[in-house]
Amino acid sequence: MAVLVRIPIPLRRFVEGRPVVEAQGGTVSQVLGDLGSRYPGVHERLYDGSGLRAFVNIYLNNEDIRFLAGEETPVKDGDLISVVPAIAGG
Amino acid sequence: MFAFTEDQIRRYSRHIILPEVGGKGQKKLLSSSVLLVGLGGLGSPAALYLAAAGVGTLGLVDFDQVELSNLQRQVIHATLDLGKPKVSSARESIEAINPEVRVVEHYQRLSSSNVMEIIKDYDVVLDGTDNFSTRFLLNDACVLAGKACVYGAVFRFEGQVSVFDPTRGPCYRCFVPQMPPAGSVPSCHEAGVLGVLPGTIGLLQATEAIKLLLGIGRPLIGRLLLLDALEMEFQELRLRKNPHCPACGQDARLSEPREYLYVCESSG
Repeated sequence: MAVLVRIPIPLRRFVEGRPVVEAQGGTVSQVLGDLGSRYPGVHERLYDGSGLRAFVNIYLNNEDIRFLAGEETPVKDGDLISVVPAIAGG
Repeated sequence: MFAFTEDQIRRYSRHIILPEVGGKGQKKLLSSSVLLVGLGGLGSPAALYLAAAGVGTLGLVDFDQVELSNLQRQVIHATLDLGKPKVSSARESIEAINPEVRVVEHYQRLSSSNVMEIIKDYDVVLDGTDNFSTRFLLNDACVLAGKACVYGAVFRFEGQVSVFDPTRGPCYRCFVPQMPPAGSVPSCHEAGVLGVLPGTIGLLQATEAIKLLLGIGRPLIGRLLLLDALEMEFQELRLRKNPHCPACGQDARLSEPREYLYVCESSG
């Protein structure tokens, strides 16, 4: 499955500056894994030793994956995964 | 209810002729109150427009003084205000725009011991703070008090807006359950922000605050609006109430607000 992944600005330096990149996989986890293997800098910013970092929110289309099947949520061609980090500036 | 003066009819005429606002709505605004927490990049534009709109009482919470590096975005403060407490500088700007607005200065750092007392008299809270600790503290207090909090946050070229109304939808901690570990998110001071970005986000917050006060339209409850100013794209995501939320969930054991320690430092 080819899925689009929206990259937040601070991580774009690891993906040649692009706001959206394509990655492959049948689940959210596989897509993020593929993304991390294509763009190594991204992986460590999304994951720590115990899994997906708690302050990184992942959305499949408009839904938070925590309210779907988490990283095991299946994806289909043309879906959009958005990486939304917590920010606090004011 | 009170009657408008002639000056009020002229000042607020562009509101009064809107069927969704009208004289009744304008009177509602004049008898409403908003607490602005933080008079930085978000709170500055929001306070200016809420004052112009005729929100009757504006509470201002900030413990900082105006610094030169603030002026690239914190438009309620001017060069002559350098060194003044932000609450005083903001009060002067608000009074210059609309002397009818009652300004309440809370020249205090928000803490677990004063937050409940400070928020209790206001209809709506506007979160214009610049760090996770204060956002967590303010959220917990709003959950306890059952108050709507209009959320905004900015970072570099990106912004987020939502309305956290614990009585009608998710709270901030349904969205951010845990604070990022120190060093994992660069601080606002070091990371930089495009000066106009908090202007845009702060005014979206002001728009939501006014809608809540008037009870019109569809507020951003359960919806997170993201702005990417580099691409100039808005994206809307759905926010759900987390049944296990540590603040508003069914097993939450929140009985009073508490302090959250967060060391704001940069890892680049």
